[in-house]
Amino acid sequence: MSLFEIASVHPFFQLVPLVVFLPVLGLLINLLVGKYLGEKGVGAVASLATGGAFAVAVLLAIGLGQVSEGATLTLANWMTVGDFSVNWSFRIDTLSVLMMLVVSGVGMLIHIYSIGYMHSDVRHNEDPGRFRRFFVYLNLFIAFMMVLVSSDNFLMLFVGWEGVGLCSYLLIGFWFEKGADGIGNAKAAKKAFVVNRIGDFGLLIALFLLFHSFGTLNFAEIFEQAPAIAAAAPGAIMAITLFMLLGVTGKSAQLPLYVWLPDAMAGPTPVSALIHAATMVTAGVYLVARSQALYVEVPAAQNIVMWVGALTAFFAATIAVGQNDIKKVLAYSTISQLGFMVTAVGMGATVAGMFHLTTHAFFKALLFLGAGSVILGVEHGHAQANKHAEHGHDSFDPQDMREMGGLRKRMPLTFIVYLLGALTLAGIAPLAGFFSKDEILAAANEKSIAIYALLTAAAFLTAFYMGRQLLMVFFGKPRSVASEKASESPLLVTLPLVVLALLSVFGGALNLPGSHILETWLEHTLEGVTPGHFVLTVALISLAVALLGLLLAWLVYGRKPLFENGQPDPLRKPLNGLFTALENKWWVDELYNTVIVRPYDAVARFSAGVIDQGIIDGLINGMGSMVGSLAKAWRRYQNGYVRSYALTIVVGVVLVITYLVLR
Amino acid sequence: MMPMSYFIGLSILMFAMGILGVLLRRNPLIVFMSLELMFNSANLLFVAFSAYHHVLDGQLFVFFVMTTAAAEVAVGLALIVAIFKAKRTIDLDQMSSLKG
Repeated sequence: MSLFEIASVHPFFQLVPLVVFLPVLGLLINLLVGKYLGEKGVGAVASLATGGAFAVAVLLAIGLGQVSEGATLTLANWMTVGDFSVNWSFRIDTLSVLMMLVVSGVGMLIHIYSIGYMHSDVRHNEDPGRFRRFFVYLNLFIAFMMVLVSSDNFLMLFVGWEGVGLCSYLLIGFWFEKGADGIGNAKAAKKAFVVNRIGDFGLLIALFLLFHSFGTLNFAEIFEQAPAIAAAAPGAIMAITLFMLLGVTGKSAQLPLYVWLPDAMAGPTPVSALIHAATMVTAGVYLVARSQALYVEVPAAQNIVMWVGALTAFFAATIAVGQNDIKKVLAYSTISQLGFMVTAVGMGATVAGMFHLTTHAFFKALLFLGAGSVILGVEHGHAQANKHAEHGHDSFDPQDMREMGGLRKRMPLTFIVYLLGALTLAGIAPLAGFFSKDEILAAANEKSIAIYALLTAAAFLTAFYMGRQLLMVFFGKPRSVASEKASESPLLVTLPLVVLALLSVFGGALNLPGSHILETWLEHTLEGVTPGHFVLTVALISLAVALLGLLLAWLVYGRKPLFENGQPDPLRKPLNGLFTALENKWWVDELYNTVIVRPYDAVARFSAGVIDQGIIDGLINGMGSMVGSLAKAWRRYQNGYVRSYALTIVVGVVLVITYLVLR
Repeated sequence: MMPMSYFIGLSILMFAMGILGVLLRRNPLIVFMSLELMFNSANLLFVAFSAYHHVLDGQLFVFFVMTTAAAEVAVGLALIVAIFKAKRTIDLDQMSSLKG
């Protein structure tokens, strides 16, 4: 539909391109004149741009409330080759608008938070000029994320998919000259990019196969034909969905490609909150939810998705138990929660998955931003403690939980919101996380008892490691001078935390058992949505498991709080070797290094040395020197003596005549 | 009348001497003389066959050859003088600056 036609469907719908163009406008302003705006101005422009996108998303949601089937706005034709045509179109339906609301809403809060956070961060890292660059990247990210979720075909989705990957790379490596050995952050960014490339390769193959089987990349046309094609060629749909899953494991950090996400914590904390917790990493979940029509055709693929998700949920939760970096714990927690969502969409419980995606965006953004606030406070305390000491580079790590402790007295507001976030993540009723997780567990209970057991175990571990983190960070006594002198963060930082905390507490209202607002909302987009059941036993078990996890965490870390930095973790004794394994993340990175990276390097070196320099260069150089030596040999006949030329002529004539005579 | 083979044999002899002279001698004047020898061996054949067949075409041709040879020698001698002026020698083996 064009702009005029769509206005007749609903006047708000014609605003949809603004969700992309407002962030682009914001980044252009900051890019071109940001230098003269000052920090406040840059932050305000970027936040307003994202806030504007949020306002548009709200208007779209209101419009969808009246015209629930939505519409598609074609902005421009991208390419037409024969029958094949791809448009830049915006698909307005309940699923895409839900994603827009989450992305721009949480995004706006994180933008506001970033103004306060980056103010300190750029000074801490001694390059205030980079403040503006941060907001340009952040707006670029929002724009690409909007392209991703608003697309009406797989190709534009892929454009957004790659775009957010680029922003992720740029922001992980924001302090690219920092980190271990001065290249730690750059390495983390590269790792994220390369691992994502593996996933993107899968998605690309899936797109090629889609085009091969369907002849189009348009969502509506593909989903309409899906049953027919699936009946004719089930193998094709199977391949498409599995290659798509590879893309999902890359972007949404699932087994076996999750390894980039923990390293991505090298980026500034708002980035971890926005990109690596709340929005970008959920793109994979969105993709599976969007392609539900394809997945329902091949139950085997659905099962694989489900198992990948459940195994990831459990596996990452175990690793989170053994981490000491406040952000690493949250990173593994994110992987684990993404596993929950992937399991849900794999089981066909798409609404539960999207519900958890939404609430997770609230509470995980809250937790990350809270962690950022803690880091700021500790950094501040560290600076206070070292005020009179000589300024030098020391090995103090403001993210190490072993150096914290007792922060609830120093940072009361951060403590309260962090506590709320942690309890939500742990799944304590009646906070948002309880309802969304419970819906997934209930669906798993119906589908497969093994999946249910895995997820419940993961939920238990979640409660445990969040309890551990709370107790290590906020309770007990300060275990370093820095945390003793830590101070509460400014209002600009804490205000978004409060809003997110409220969302985390009340977000469950979106899809309460009995009301099912989200369910009726998504029903218009996702066909055949089955209403989620509320199973009392499942709910009680999950609540009991969460409480048990917290209790156990209190028994281990709360009863006898850690008293000094460097004290061995209380878990180390009972778990012994197992804890070492957890602490070292099951040596997965080392395994990948040995099995994949090193052989790959060896092959690359072999190709570069033996094949390229040896064989290929050898061939080329050989041809050159062969011509050279041939020429050298022939040169002897050009001796410059007239008489020998004459002899040559004579010999030639004799030969010609001999030939003519003897012919 | 002398048999035709005498003329042919003499002509071949002269031509071979000419070739050897061109190929072996280093003095350009001798080389020119050897060239003349080859021209004249050809001329000899022309007149011999002309008389043998009683046609005048061959004799006619000899005049052309003589004229051309005279012109060629004029140019050649001029070149030799020029080369001598430049290099102070007319030894053919010294004129090998075009070698590769």
